[in-house]
Amino acid sequence: MLRYTVHRILLMIPTLLGVAVLIFFLLRIMPGDIVELKLLGEGASVTPDVLAAERARLGLDKTLIWQFVDWMGGLFTGDLGVSMWTERPVAHEIGIRLELSLQVAIMATILATAIALPLGTLAALFRDTWIDHTIRVFAIAGLAVPSFWLGMVLILGLLLVFNWIPPLTFTPLYEDPWANLSQLIWPAIAVGYRYSAVATRMTRSSLLEVLKEDYIRTARAKGVYERLVVARHAMRNALLPVITVIGLEFAFLIGGLVVTEQVFNLNGIGKLFVQAVAHGDYTLVQALVMLVASFFIIINFVVDMLYAWLDPRIRYG
Amino acid sequence: MRMKHGYPIALALLAAFALTSATAEAQTPKKGGTLKFAVLDEPPSYDCHRVSTFAFIHPVRPHYSTLLEFDPDKYPTIRGDLAQSWDISKDGLTYTFKLRSGVKFHDGSALTSADVKATYERISNPPQGVVSLRKASYGDITSIETPDALTVVFKLRAPNASMLANFASPWDCIYSAAKIKTDPKFPEKNVLGTGPFKFVEHVSGSHWVGERFNDYFEPGKPYLDNYRAIFIKSSAAIVNALQGGEIHTEFRGFTPADRDKLVGALGNKVVVQESPWVCNLVLAFNTEKKPFDDARVRRALSLALDRWKGSEALSKIAIVKPVGGILRPGYELAASPADLEKIPGMSKNIEKSRAEAKRLLKEAGVSNLKFKLTNRNVPMPYTPVAVWMLDQWRQLGITAEHEQLDSKLYFDALRSGNYQAGVDFNCDHTDDPSLQFIKYLSSDKSTINYGRYSDRTLDHLYEMQARTTDPEQRKTFVREFEFRALSEAYTVPTIWYNRIIVHAAQMKGWKITPSHYINQDLADVWLDQ
Repeated sequence: MLRYTVHRILLMIPTLLGVAVLIFFLLRIMPGDIVELKLLGEGASVTPDVLAAERARLGLDKTLIWQFVDWMGGLFTGDLGVSMWTERPVAHEIGIRLELSLQVAIMATILATAIALPLGTLAALFRDTWIDHTIRVFAIAGLAVPSFWLGMVLILGLLLVFNWIPPLTFTPLYEDPWANLSQLIWPAIAVGYRYSAVATRMTRSSLLEVLKEDYIRTARAKGVYERLVVARHAMRNALLPVITVIGLEFAFLIGGLVVTEQVFNLNGIGKLFVQAVAHGDYTLVQALVMLVASFFIIINFVVDMLYAWLDPRIRYG
Repeated sequence: MRMKHGYPIALALLAAFALTSATAEAQTPKKGGTLKFAVLDEPPSYDCHRVSTFAFIHPVRPHYSTLLEFDPDKYPTIRGDLAQSWDISKDGLTYTFKLRSGVKFHDGSALTSADVKATYERISNPPQGVVSLRKASYGDITSIETPDALTVVFKLRAPNASMLANFASPWDCIYSAAKIKTDPKFPEKNVLGTGPFKFVEHVSGSHWVGERFNDYFEPGKPYLDNYRAIFIKSSAAIVNALQGGEIHTEFRGFTPADRDKLVGALGNKVVVQESPWVCNLVLAFNTEKKPFDDARVRRALSLALDRWKGSEALSKIAIVKPVGGILRPGYELAASPADLEKIPGMSKNIEKSRAEAKRLLKEAGVSNLKFKLTNRNVPMPYTPVAVWMLDQWRQLGITAEHEQLDSKLYFDALRSGNYQAGVDFNCDHTDDPSLQFIKYLSSDKSTINYGRYSDRTLDHLYEMQARTTDPEQRKTFVREFEFRALSEAYTVPTIWYNRIIVHAAQMKGWKITPSHYINQDLADVWLDQ
């Protein structure tokens, strides 16, 4: 197990390096100039020497290789640099948004898991009955309805019924749990519904697959209670693909809730990502890509570890 | 269901307008409360001198004072802010300002003429590493003298008809001389002014908070305890927030549809204020690309636009309405209706204009003209105005392909000349011709001229209007400049913006102006609660 874990950790390093090289050079290929956008964005008349001075200030007058060396040097020393647009440290820009994004992702994951596991199991156990059909309609609707649209419907519903909308600014959970939850529960529901639909379908199909296996038939033949067959023998194996789906969805939620964050005016990583790309803020985009890539890699690692824990064949394979 | 019927909305609008006029003068301001307003973007820096966006002005301006300011009740009249009075020498070369006494910075230090001098020196001659966008506006200043603690004297190398308007610029915040002497970049990371509100906090991507400065120089003001600017990127979210009572307003502008929705939902709980706006979308031609090197083709494309009918239709769905030349209709130096009638493309006789357009295109050998119109991927009002233009040209057999680009790519295309015709914009804090005409100067004189042409006649006329001290003479030069620019049609205005502000009825003391950059210090705003 230790050898497997070390091997998986070592694989993360070249992956992250590859992402760093790709994102750095791909960004520079894209046309557009942050300095022009920043200084001329509202039609101001700016002399070329002012534009040149600003480019120099941001280090954009250096060769690409030197810019890359500077950035990599910073990465290795834990310095993500300064946002070219806001001129504040990138770590600060990300830090103040990460708490909110993580909380929404965790709340949505808890909600989705709490819905998906029982519903997926019920659908599999009562296959082709009205219970299965109802759950499948619920799941297909969840896949068909975009989260942001559900978010808009929720907001309009709250406005129409209560003449109220969720708070517009973030309050940490430890400061005021009520204010925090009254803001974040709605996006968690909007996102968690779609998320639960994916996980419900995966749980159902995976469990159906496992329930056909010989060892399940053997367990039943031995007279093991059906509840124990499902809980101890079937679920443990059926959970492998479900864990993968939950892990990948969680990683996606960290930076992928672009439109939902806009709908609820959440100051999250997704919105920051879009702004940074729109502004051509190289340092911020690079850091965000590295952050999201790291999340995916770490979550994949955790999923792999869970696989190994759940299935001994993987660890000794 | 009310939204589907125009009649109740019209009644509610009337009621809202009536409420504005009836109550504006009558009530005594009340102290207290927190004004909450949305801002569609976020300030890219804390330094007034290096930014040009409303996203800076709205949250940050209440912390600062300027030497002069535009009077919102009598725009474009200029009044003193830090200056109590001023005097201009007969030759127009010396401006002497007497400052108010007892003005304090938020750290308790007293404001003196040295602070004003240091500020204007920073703008006109920025130290190494400091960006000053308005350096050129003060290029005529040869010296700044401070004979005593409350007097500042600016000496100019030549008369400048726009100098007072420049001194009233909302961007020229007065900084502490001591702070910028120690660190010229101090304002980039710190907020220290003499304005009505002290800085409390800025949470990136979320909000900006200011609180009342009790030592503000205007006795009894400001009325509010605090203000909270909330950054909301989506117009739909802003409308919902206003409807849900989470904010009192947004100061840039609402669309007609947003206005109608809010008035329909909230009735007399909201007030609507409207004004022609010192912003317009212009149609720019790349004169280095054929056939746009031919003035006949450019003029024909301008003549083909029925701006008057377009205004009627577009004003129902977009933030555009007034029809005018290079200067905003209604401004004292703008073209009169009779002047407009003579300018190609501005006449109300569209049949005659279109016949002339057809003739010009035929003469130029491009009767079946096809080209690409490059536009910015900003829905309001770029998309509806461009779609309207495409339809107008289609009626003459002209085919234009609409290419909408993300802002960064759009600027890149316009700046690099990688476009044929483009939707460009002109927007500033004042109507003053010296600012409004910059876009139309030769490309070696103006960094925002994307037409890539050189016209020394225009450059000369610009200088003449800028240098004269005789208002009547200035008007003549302005007319000549406008007529030539629009006849050559390198860049032509489409339809001017119309500013619509919807705010909670309890927000008082704020009056709409033609620019969203001015009247934003919030000193007079109060909440009727």
